[in-house]
Amino acid sequence: MTLAPADAGQQQDGVRATVGVSGDGASLLRAQANRELKEGIKLKTPKFFKKLTASMNEIEEIIEEWQPEPLVPRMSKEKPAPSYNIVSGPPCHKITVNGKQCINFASFNFLGLLDNDRVKNQALQSLRKYGVGTCGPRGFYGTFDVHLELEDRLAKFMRTEEAIIYSYGFATIASAIPAYSKRGDIVFVDEAACFSIQKGLQASRSHIKYFRHNDMEDLERILKQQELEDQKNPRKARVTRRFIVVEGLYMNTGAICPLPELVKLKYKYKVRIFLEESLSFGVLGQHGRGVTEHFGVNIDDIDLISANMENSLASVGGFCCGRSFVIDHQRLSGQGYCFSASLPPMLASAAIEALNIMEEDQDIFRLLRDKCKLIHKELQGISGLKVVGESISPAFHLQLEQSSGSRESDVRILNRIVEYCMDRKIALTQAHYLEKEEKFLPPPSIRVVVTVEQTEEELEMAANLIKEAAQNILQ
Amino acid sequence: MVLNMTEGPVKKPVNGNGCCRTSNGVKPGMNGCVKNHLYQQHSYCSSDEKSSHICHNGGIYKRPFKESFEETPMLVAVLTYMGYGILTLFGYLRDFLRQWKIEKCHNATEREEQKEFVPLYQDFENFYTRNLYMRIRDSWNRPICSVPGAKFDILERVSYDYNWTFKYTGRIVNDVINMGSYNYLGFAENSGVCADAAAEITLKYGVGVCSTRREIGNLDKHEELEKLAAKFLGVDAAMAFGMGFATNSMNIPALVGKGCLILSDELNHASLVLGARLSGATIRVFKHNNMQSLEKLLKDAIVHGQPRTHRPWKKILILVEGIYSMEGSIVHLPDIVSLKKKYKAYLYLDEAHSIGALGPTGRGVVEYFGLDPRDVDIMMGTFTKSFGAAGGYIGGTKELVDYLRTHSHSAVYATSMSPPVVEQIIASMKCIMGEDGTTLGQERVQQLAENTRYFRRKLQEMGFIIYGNDDSPVVPMMLYMPAKIGAFGREMLKRNIGVVVVGFPATPIIESRARFCVSAAHTKEMLDTALNVINEVGDLLQLKYSRHRLVPLLDRPFDETTYEENED
Repeated sequence: MTLAPADAGQQQDGVRATVGVSGDGASLLRAQANRELKEGIKLKTPKFFKKLTASMNEIEEIIEEWQPEPLVPRMSKEKPAPSYNIVSGPPCHKITVNGKQCINFASFNFLGLLDNDRVKNQALQSLRKYGVGTCGPRGFYGTFDVHLELEDRLAKFMRTEEAIIYSYGFATIASAIPAYSKRGDIVFVDEAACFSIQKGLQASRSHIKYFRHNDMEDLERILKQQELEDQKNPRKARVTRRFIVVEGLYMNTGAICPLPELVKLKYKYKVRIFLEESLSFGVLGQHGRGVTEHFGVNIDDIDLISANMENSLASVGGFCCGRSFVIDHQRLSGQGYCFSASLPPMLASAAIEALNIMEEDQDIFRLLRDKCKLIHKELQGISGLKVVGESISPAFHLQLEQSSGSRESDVRILNRIVEYCMDRKIALTQAHYLEKEEKFLPPPSIRVVVTVEQTEEELEMAANLIKEAAQNILQ
Repeated sequence: MVLNMTEGPVKKPVNGNGCCRTSNGVKPGMNGCVKNHLYQQHSYCSSDEKSSHICHNGGIYKRPFKESFEETPMLVAVLTYMGYGILTLFGYLRDFLRQWKIEKCHNATEREEQKEFVPLYQDFENFYTRNLYMRIRDSWNRPICSVPGAKFDILERVSYDYNWTFKYTGRIVNDVINMGSYNYLGFAENSGVCADAAAEITLKYGVGVCSTRREIGNLDKHEELEKLAAKFLGVDAAMAFGMGFATNSMNIPALVGKGCLILSDELNHASLVLGARLSGATIRVFKHNNMQSLEKLLKDAIVHGQPRTHRPWKKILILVEGIYSMEGSIVHLPDIVSLKKKYKAYLYLDEAHSIGALGPTGRGVVEYFGLDPRDVDIMMGTFTKSFGAAGGYIGGTKELVDYLRTHSHSAVYATSMSPPVVEQIIASMKCIMGEDGTTLGQERVQQLAENTRYFRRKLQEMGFIIYGNDDSPVVPMMLYMPAKIGAFGREMLKRNIGVVVVGFPATPIIESRARFCVSAAHTKEMLDTALNVINEVGDLLQLKYSRHRLVPLLDRPFDETTYEENED
């Protein structure tokens, strides 16, 4: 509802009448008086007082008439809110979705640690020692010895000086970026950056410059552009921090970032690199240290690495690691760190045990890569569907080769494929996005997740089923 | 002090806070500020208990609503400013010495390879950290190694380089009385019904979920929790999220956007401020708990519309908290509800500290005032505090929750809650509701209320300046001077009491304070021990600033008339 024009006019009248003693105030007043006469207000009241009451009435009228939009838009009857899948029981390798028993190809449980007995027992022991909640932020008695241990272990695992843990994976990079990048600073971001990076950028209020996904030439082009601008205003350039924010393995595309090139650009243009490794941590590299190990890049060349502990580690929370000079700053400036209750100790213990397993068994990463390659190969050449993502990426996308016309109908088609597979014991999910909030909305896709628990037969079965579904539904 | 720790409002005006607070309301003319008038109205006890809550002045508060913010004594204010002045001077001096390498610099430094980069931090940014916070850093981040219950064990640590680094001695300080954790109802436990239930779920489900609610991480447990939470809150539907902070920062943007107006209390928590900022709506700030200020903003907003274009606002959302964790004050909810109705604004109530801790059956500030939960459009709260778990919730109409299920950033992009944590909440919530067939939960709620009154009353009698509402389990005690922040924290720990101390920027610069959080788990003996120690340390550090001495009440039970008895 908006105010009708007549009301707006009245409002203006009211305002003018109260101040309108100067200029042509007299005529205005007369007009006002006439109107009031018509409305039957007696002229006996002193003029000044009358003006006041009139405007007061009008204010009340405006308030009376203002109708806000409903708090949330009314849901239309034809398009009811999509309901969630309901998972009964644990969300591990064998999963029960909406009452159907399936093999899980949708949860990011890459290393199968969610269902690991060692992890569970460690969590249980921790629960028996510390209880569940921490009842406080890190500053106020919310720091437990297991938090310190986990930070220490993560730093050692990643071979960095320091690590800091957050109690929520999403909040990790979203808090880390605004801790460093402030108003006036410049951030160069890949277009395919995930939503938590986008929110971090928004909170930082810095200038944001997007470069095309994994396109180093485009990045260099805008870096050069910036260099030229800096030469025009060297004084400002001296205090403008610059950052490149990239993901190790992109959530939205399954691609790996060209880190060696990025490092070269970093030193050439003196830009710091923030690397989000939620998908690549515990996946890439011989020891699962992520994309730095994958490319053999010195980890000290990356200013900040952030990852969540919700995928490979199968716990909850996130961490940042890097040099103490960088990381320590977050202990007072990371909003999600300072202002939030700390991670429940049992979840920290679970993550420590998961790290133990990762350190003991390095074969697990090779195994995962082999399985990724296998299903990747199997899924090639399906008519109508294309595989998007690196062949060693355990999370990749299946997109329609040709859009059916609108996003909505594409989503519907993909949904039918998902349902088809779900009915036949393979649990898949579409990649969900907030369509209006994403800066560069990725095309609709089915996200396939590979875990070490899936056997070769299961991988082949899934691939065949997807093929079959595509044939049935897309033809 | 740079204590960017927790619970601090992100921005806060530092102007003349001292004189804006009223005395205990005995002398209304003392500084004629708004709060004083409000207080006078509310302390008037309506004789007609059954009358509808929506009547004016006095009638809307069914019970005495006593909130005090004794003004800062002038001498103390002057000394405090002097203290900061001296600290700043010495800070500059030592920065100078560090620059000339006369004093050893403990700061971590930039890599050699990156020396030519634009500095990551502006030098000034860390001035406070280096020169003020570092001196008393040992009062924060104290690591504990037990349940954060009524008592906890602290890892002993020492510093040989003036707090730049800490070494753990390996010894453990056992049985420190915990006056710092937000364990209001004492559900932080490692045994008992709740812990057993959580343990069972750990073995059954594991601890992670590895997916989002929207995709394949919506467990039956989550649904169960949400149904229970809706019932607990008395609303149609509810939704739970994995982190309390993110519940605010990731859901406010789903509710309001450009063309909307947010009216936010000046002392709102950082998460609300961040959520408001991320939403893209226009934000205006009203004075803390000041209804005149809020009404003026509401009226102006509707009459003048959006700036420049004068288009009417799409929606107006009022953001308030139930209990303000740094002030111990309770939101003037009945006033806000009537204002919100009059001006057709929406109300977002953050009950992070009040859920479980207020109201006869622990339903929070809405029950405390005897209001209808449906009068609040968005009921938000956390599970971290009273429930001894982690996460947050939003409750409201079915349309609201349905909308959030598809539009909340958290539901679509963030991993869902850990199953054992969910189970802890379910078990503790059932206990509070009495659904476990016992009255244990109800007893906890009552115990908390008793402990709160007792503890606050005793502190006031001792002559400390205590902020906030008499019923608020958050008890801020004023320290004022920067040196006393560290001293109080240390002296209390020496005597086996763990307390939280806070200073700038979490509080206005001269209003540094200690904060106690009363718990239902505290026994009377523990509280008495703590009180004795506070008394002792208070004498030692001369913290008894109050000039409104209360007459000790001996053993009279506390009733609604006790607050009248103070003499100047």
